[in-house]
Amino acid sequence: MGLTGLEIYKHLPKTNCKECGSPTCLAFAMALASGKASLEACPYVSDEAKAALDSAAAPPIKLVKVGAGDHVIELGDETELFRHDKRFFHPPGIAVLISDSGDVAAEAAAFDSLEFNRVGLHYVTDMIAVRCDSGNADTFKAAAEAVAGKTAKALILIAEDPAIMEAALSAVAERKPLLYAATNDNYEKMVELAKAKGCPLAVRGSDLHDTATLADKIVALGHKELVLDSGARETSRVLADLTQIRRLAVRKKFRSFGYPAMAFTTKEDPQEELLQAVVYVSKYAGIVVLKASARQQLLPLLSWRQNLYTDPQKPIQVEPKLYDVGEPTADSPVYCTTNFSLTYFIVQGEVEASRIPGRILSVDTGGVSVLTAYADNKFTAETIAAAMKKADLDNLVSHRKIVIPGYVAVLKGALEEESGWEVIVGPREASGIPKFAKEHFA
Amino acid sequence: MAVEILKEKYRSKVGQVVLGATAAEGGTRSHTITVGGESALPFLHFEGEIPNRPVVALEVWDMAPEEWNPCFKKYYGDVFDDPGAWAKKCVEQYGADLILLRLVSADPDLKDSSPEECAAAVKKVLAAVGVPLIVLGCGKAEKDAAIFPVVAEAAAGENLLLGVAELENYKAITSACMAHKHNLIAQSPIDINICKQLNILIAEMSTALVDRIVIDPTIAALGYGIEYSYSIMERARNGALQGDRMLAMPMIGNVGFEVWRTKEANISAEEEPGWGDQEERGVLWEATTAAAYLQAGMNILVMRHPRAVELVKKNIDDLMCDNSY
Repeated sequence: MGLTGLEIYKHLPKTNCKECGSPTCLAFAMALASGKASLEACPYVSDEAKAALDSAAAPPIKLVKVGAGDHVIELGDETELFRHDKRFFHPPGIAVLISDSGDVAAEAAAFDSLEFNRVGLHYVTDMIAVRCDSGNADTFKAAAEAVAGKTAKALILIAEDPAIMEAALSAVAERKPLLYAATNDNYEKMVELAKAKGCPLAVRGSDLHDTATLADKIVALGHKELVLDSGARETSRVLADLTQIRRLAVRKKFRSFGYPAMAFTTKEDPQEELLQAVVYVSKYAGIVVLKASARQQLLPLLSWRQNLYTDPQKPIQVEPKLYDVGEPTADSPVYCTTNFSLTYFIVQGEVEASRIPGRILSVDTGGVSVLTAYADNKFTAETIAAAMKKADLDNLVSHRKIVIPGYVAVLKGALEEESGWEVIVGPREASGIPKFAKEHFA
Repeated sequence: MAVEILKEKYRSKVGQVVLGATAAEGGTRSHTITVGGESALPFLHFEGEIPNRPVVALEVWDMAPEEWNPCFKKYYGDVFDDPGAWAKKCVEQYGADLILLRLVSADPDLKDSSPEECAAAVKKVLAAVGVPLIVLGCGKAEKDAAIFPVVAEAAAGENLLLGVAELENYKAITSACMAHKHNLIAQSPIDINICKQLNILIAEMSTALVDRIVIDPTIAALGYGIEYSYSIMERARNGALQGDRMLAMPMIGNVGFEVWRTKEANISAEEEPGWGDQEERGVLWEATTAAAYLQAGMNILVMRHPRAVELVKKNIDDLMCDNSY
C-alpha cells in the first residue's frame, strides 16, 4: 500500500530465486505493490527490509476494534476518498446514545432488539453509547453493568472524569468498550486506564490542530488504539473536519490522523438528527453517535450505510436456482428473473406481497440486473430455458407457463420456441407484480 | 502539531444555470433561481466557492395521481385535480423553491392529452405561482416530441427547464429549447459516458445550449441501487472540477418519484412490523435519499413529501454554513 513496485524492489534480495512463486524479484515487487502477494512468500528478505517495508506499507488508517466476542466492530483501515476508486471497507459503527440517568435497562433492551431484515440482508445497530450525566461513579457503573447485561453489542462509555470511567470499567472491561474521551485535561489518566484494560480510546481535541497534537501525545505514551473526534459539532464543520482527517491520512500519510474518526449528531428532533447522520456516514465517519432509536428512523440510515459500503466491483448475487415463495403447489405461477440479489429480492418481495404462492427462477447472469444481462447476452431464451430444465420445472409444475420481466418482452417468441412453454410478459417494474398476479393467477 | 489543511486546487468549476425569467427579462416569474457554479466538492466551502445553494422542487401532476400513497391525501387531496392550486400550495405552504410539472396526462395510455392541453396546464401553473418552473413530458418519447414544441412556444420567455432529452430522443426537445430559449434536462442511464456523449450531441446542435443543460444522471432510491448513481455523480462532479466541460453542468434528480414507488416507503407497519411507522418511514426514506445525493453534488432535488422537504432544506441550511479554516 502506498509503495510503488520499484520502491519495494530496492528492499528485496534481487536474487531472482523464484521461491516466492514469481519469476523475478521485480515481478514479486510488482505483485506486492498491487496487493496480489504477501511479503512472507519471500524466505530471504532481511528483517531490516521487512521492518522498512512494513512501516511504509502500514495502512494509512489503523484498524481499530471495539467490543468483544461475537460483537467486535472493526473500524478504519480505509484507503479511499471515493468508493468508485476502489471501495470503502469498514462500515461506520452506528451507536445509539443513552443516559445513565434514564431507564437504562429498558433502553438497552430496546436497543438490542433493533435489527432489520430487508432484501435478504440483516441490518443491526451495532453500538450503544452510555453517557454519564449523573456525575456519579456508582450510577455510571450500575448503568454500564445494566447495559452489558442487556446487550452483547459493542459499548461506548462516555465520561470525562477518569475516576468515574475507572468505576464503570471495573465492571465491563472485558467487553472492550471504547472509552470516550481523552482530552487535554485527562489524557494521561485515560491512557493509563485504556492501556491497563486493553481498550480503545477516543481522543477529543478542540479543533483539528489540537486533536492531532493530543493524538501524538497519546501515541507517545504508548497507546495506539485510537478513535478521533475533532470536537466539531456543527454539521458543516464536522463534514469539513472528517474530510480533512480522511484526506490527510490517505493522501499525505499524516500519522496523527491515521485512525478512524467519530461524529456526534446534535439535533433534538430525531428526524433532523438522522439527516446529520447521513452526512457523516457519507463522508468518512468511523462511528456516528445519535439519539434516534425508532425503527423507522434507523432503517433508512442502516440501509444507506449498507449501500455505500458495498463493493462497486462486485455485484451481489444470490445462488441461481428455483426459489419457493410461500408454499407453492403444482399449479402456482413461475416467474423468472436474474440472480442479481437486489433484483431477485425485490421480485421476491413483490411476489410475496401478491399473496399468491409462486416460484421464482433465478437465472445465472453473473449477478447483473435484467437489462444489463440482456444486453450482455446472459439473459436470453437459451439461458432461461437451460435454467428451467436444470430446475426440473417440467416435473414440478402441472402447467406450462412462465412469466418473464416486462423489459425483455422481446424474448417471448424465442423462449417459447426454446422451452415449449407459454411465455407471459410480466410488468416492467417488480412493483407491478401484485396487480399482475391478481389479474392472471387469482 | 500544526495540521496543514489539504485544499484541492481544481482547474475548473460547475457551470451556472439560471432558471426562470422576471418581467424585466421577458418572463413573468417573481424571481429567478441560479443553480451550479461551485468550485469545490459539495459543501467544502474551505476550498472553493459554493455560490448557490441546492434547491428543492416539489412535483405536481397535470392529473390526479391514483397510485400515490394515501398519506399524500392530507397534503394534496384538495388540490390533486388542479395543478395551479397544487403548485400554489407547494410554494406557499410547503416551501418549494420551484415547481416541477409532470405532464402525465399526455400519456397515450392515460388521457392522451393534446399538446395544447399540456400547454394550458403549464400556463395555469405559471399563472398560479411566481417561482421558476420545470416541465417534464409524459415519458413516452414519441408523444413528448409532439408536446415540447407547443409547450416551449406557449411559455416562451419564461426560461423553463424542460425535460428530458435522451440519447435516442434529444432532437425535438433540443430544437424546442433552442427556438424558445429554455433550459434542458439531459438524462443518461446511470452511465457517465452516455452522459458526456449526450451533452456533446446537444452541443453539436447548439453551442449556446451547453450552458443551459442540467444533467439528470438517473437516480435510484435508497436501497434500490442508490450507490450506483451516487458514484456516477461523484465521478461526474470530480470530472467537472478537473476541467471536463461536458460534465460541468448542475445535476437534478427525481428523488420523490423513485422513493415513493419502493416497498420501504409504502408498506404499512401492520405488514412489516419490524420497520416501524409507514409515513415517517416514507418521509425519512425520501429525506435520506435526498441527503445522500446532496453529498454527491445534486443541485436540484425533486421531491414529494412536505415534511421531507422541510428536513432536507434544514440540512441544506446547515451544510451551507461556512467551514473555512
